[in-house]
Amino acid sequence: MGLNALSAKDSKISEDNNGSDLKSEIKSYILHHLEDSHDFNLMSYTDKKSGKKVYIGVPLPVILWDNGIKIFSSTKLNHGKTVVQSGSNYYKLYHGKVYQTDAKGTINFDEKNYPINYKPLDFSITKNVVSILFTAIIMLLLFKGLADSYRKNGMIAKGLGRFFEPLVLYVRDEIAIPNIGKKHYKRFMSYLLTLFFFIWFLNLLGLTPLGINVTGNIAITFALALITFIITNLSGKKTYWKHIFWMPGVPIPMKIILAPIELLGVIIKPFSLMIRLYANISAGHIVLMSLISLMFIFRNWLGSSLSFALAFSISIIEILVALLQAYIFTVLSALYFGFAVEEHDDHNHH
Amino acid sequence: MEIPAIVGGGLVVIGVGIGIGSIGKGAMEAIGRQPDATGKIQTVMLIAAALVEGIGFAALFAL
Repeated sequence: MGLNALSAKDSKISEDNNGSDLKSEIKSYILHHLEDSHDFNLMSYTDKKSGKKVYIGVPLPVILWDNGIKIFSSTKLNHGKTVVQSGSNYYKLYHGKVYQTDAKGTINFDEKNYPINYKPLDFSITKNVVSILFTAIIMLLLFKGLADSYRKNGMIAKGLGRFFEPLVLYVRDEIAIPNIGKKHYKRFMSYLLTLFFFIWFLNLLGLTPLGINVTGNIAITFALALITFIITNLSGKKTYWKHIFWMPGVPIPMKIILAPIELLGVIIKPFSLMIRLYANISAGHIVLMSLISLMFIFRNWLGSSLSFALAFSISIIEILVALLQAYIFTVLSALYFGFAVEEHDDHNHH
Repeated sequence: MEIPAIVGGGLVVIGVGIGIGSIGKGAMEAIGRQPDATGKIQTVMLIAAALVEGIGFAALFAL
């Protein structure tokens, strides 16, 4: 995030000292940071001589499905400034989305100012996709290596394993077994461990100066929550469905009232998982970037030191939140799996 | 006079703050009474706090 702040400063110098202009620029900068993008942009600044905006980063492939696959580099999109010709079609980037246009790159709007141009299916390797692939490779290498080292050293943790073994055991002993039960927990361990480390690593990646906001993207938390939803309902046993449609132990009129509520709860549970992770991480990023941008609003030593102190302390809290949100997501997933596989013999509550 | 929506956001944050605060207070008291059950209490505390927080975020994002 430090680099992003740098670029905000540079682009500010070129602006005149209009306060509201600066504020709206910071706002658009933060909003832009929260979104996915077609290139991996590390920083940008305005060249003082030519007055052009210079971007420093890595271009990524843009893959479109528009009656056949169209592949080109994101440098061609040039942050929405140029029109790309691919085959017989023309494409242009507008507010982070790729639209099909004519040769001049005209984008037509409806009366509510939404673009009405045709939007091809976008399978691009975007910034978020790169981060997810990176995390996946790291996790694969790390845990494959750990598994091999256990085999080699006679089941004793060595090196990094000394750090990760307690975490894995914590997920098993404190999350899976108490919530799912000794009988069924093994089936869900692989998913719970993957979920925990995937979310944690992505959250931590979001706190690096690369400033990638992956778990603060609602599409990604939606996908994670959807997997939990599918696993919960596919592993649902008789007791689980009975508790939804015909709640035992309550009078019949109550059963009729409870059934739709419980049915709604099936959807609400993964929905709240999705919103919680997305909102927490997004809010963290917004707060952190706003505090950093205080520096450019105050423009004196007092504002800078205040901004530094606040941003530093919030960063420390965010490191805690990164772990906490991964933990909460895993615990709640385990809890829902526990509801699903619960059998009547397991306990005597009613 | 129309009350701006951000006032509602403030009220939500007050409510969520009080809620999470009292969850933390309850957990601390429980741990004080029964230090053996610390692990279990912490788990339940975090889940409850996450649920309250979720409501807060839902309201703030609706602003």
